Amino acid sequence: MLVTERKPIDEILGFIGDESSVFLLGCDGCAAASGTGGDPEIQELKTALEERDIEVVGTKVIDFLCQKALIRSGLQPLSSCVARADSIVVSTCGIGIQAAATAIDKAVHPACDTISLGGVRGEWRGEERCAECGQCFLEFTAGICPLTACAKQLVNGPCGGAKDGCCEVEPDVRRCAWDVIYERLERQGRMDLLRRAPMQVKDYARMQPPPRIRGTQQWAVDMERTEEVAT
Amino acid sequence: MKLTDLFRDGRFAITSEVAPPKGTHTAEMLDHAEMLKSRVSAINITDQQSSVMRLGSLAASQILKARGIEPVFQMTCRDRNRIALQSDLLSAWALGIENVLCLTGDHVALGDFPDAKPVFDLDSVSLLAVATGLGEGHDMGGNALEGKPDFCLGAVVTPGADPIELQLIKMEKKIAAGAQFFQTQAVFDAEAFARFMEQAKPLGAPVMAGIILLKSPGMARFMNKNVAGVHVPDSLIDEMAKAEDRPRQSVEIAARLIREIKEICEGVHIMPLGWEAHVPAVLDEAGV
Repeated sequence: MLVTERKPIDEILGFIGDESSVFLLGCDGCAAASGTGGDPEIQELKTALEERDIEVVGTKVIDFLCQKALIRSGLQPLSSCVARADSIVVSTCGIGIQAAATAIDKAVHPACDTISLGGVRGEWRGEERCAECGQCFLEFTAGICPLTACAKQLVNGPCGGAKDGCCEVEPDVRRCAWDVIYERLERQGRMDLLRRAPMQVKDYARMQPPPRIRGTQQWAVDMERTEEVAT
Repeated sequence: MKLTDLFRDGRFAITSEVAPPKGTHTAEMLDHAEMLKSRVSAINITDQQSSVMRLGSLAASQILKARGIEPVFQMTCRDRNRIALQSDLLSAWALGIENVLCLTGDHVALGDFPDAKPVFDLDSVSLLAVATGLGEGHDMGGNALEGKPDFCLGAVVTPGADPIELQLIKMEKKIAAGAQFFQTQAVFDAEAFARFMEQAKPLGAPVMAGIILLKSPGMARFMNKNVAGVHVPDSLIDEMAKAEDRPRQSVEIAARLIREIKEICEGVHIMPLGWEAHVPAVLDEAGV
């Protein structure tokens, strides 16, 4: 399971910026269990955005947002609604956000930070991977994770090492993540996003499980059981 | 001496580079530096280039400085986290080093320790920002320093990259983070470089064009196939293939390139790759 927490509403509003309408996407898998992407949370987010004059043209909670096939089939009946939205706000883990960004060729905004694996890696079947970094960068990178897709985990743009769009580490098989980000942003007419993006610095402290989780009864029970097995 | 002094005075800046040895014998590196020193303003010392473990660039920079040769201390983000990078910047200033070139660095997979941890805690942009902050008297966390450096900070750009737009955006970010000059990846096509400069000039930072001495047609073809952002035109490969005296031809090509671009950039950075002895002839023929 991928444990997520909702970003502050002001950060999400900053991502939405001048756009006037959004479509909300949730996930009934890990995100619902985390209390971030299930139906109640999506309705709550809808209300919060509408109170701030953002039009929510539609919402959908997909069973497992990490699976692009489910996203495509789930959104098919709502395609005109999705098309009408300026962007998609996705309230789930880093894999789900990336899968949505790949499956829907529109701007996606992450509504969550992924803070811990806490078990198996979702239903991961595609190239989208999440580093559980706790400071989701996907807003600034067209929904492609620079921590897992770039060999150097570069968050401020490409190095000089890519040749013909391929990474210096595995030139025969690996695309340069920033080349893919560029392609997607250019196709969507959003290159300005990279210019506007503030300088990013990784915060490794946020990769640790936060005290809020370490302080739970569930965590304590889990630790206790480990001790029982050892003694 | 800071490279920015040259740009301020409107002088055409010339730098070259040497590589520290794999081991502790510095004689060959020093020989190379001695061959270059009377003709260049400063010499870059590479930081474990191609991710091959070598004597460190900080120590080598100080060794050159002690001999009266102005070093440009190259610093990559591959091997050190933000604590070590900041510490080495303070150490560099304490050792009298004034010019620092901030790079992301090659991936460890390219070198002789492909199983090493690729650090990249910071990248070229954030390293520049951190170095700028040290110069303002505080570390990355905002803590005050007792005594602060005053570096001339440089960065790199690849004029032949495709797409060039990403390079230009990152160049802007580097300038915003404190880059005061740029050295470029090798330039072989003056017209393509001129097109790049039309877009880079408005950003306002001095640009020094990278010049590599071609040694053979095979080397040119190898670079075309393997080196990112480098394209040697077929006409130059032909010239090298037909040449009876390759070093002579190489000097002629490099000098011609410098003559063609010297009016549109603020300097050149020459990468001799073992042909240090031919650099004076290149500069003589180029008239710089």
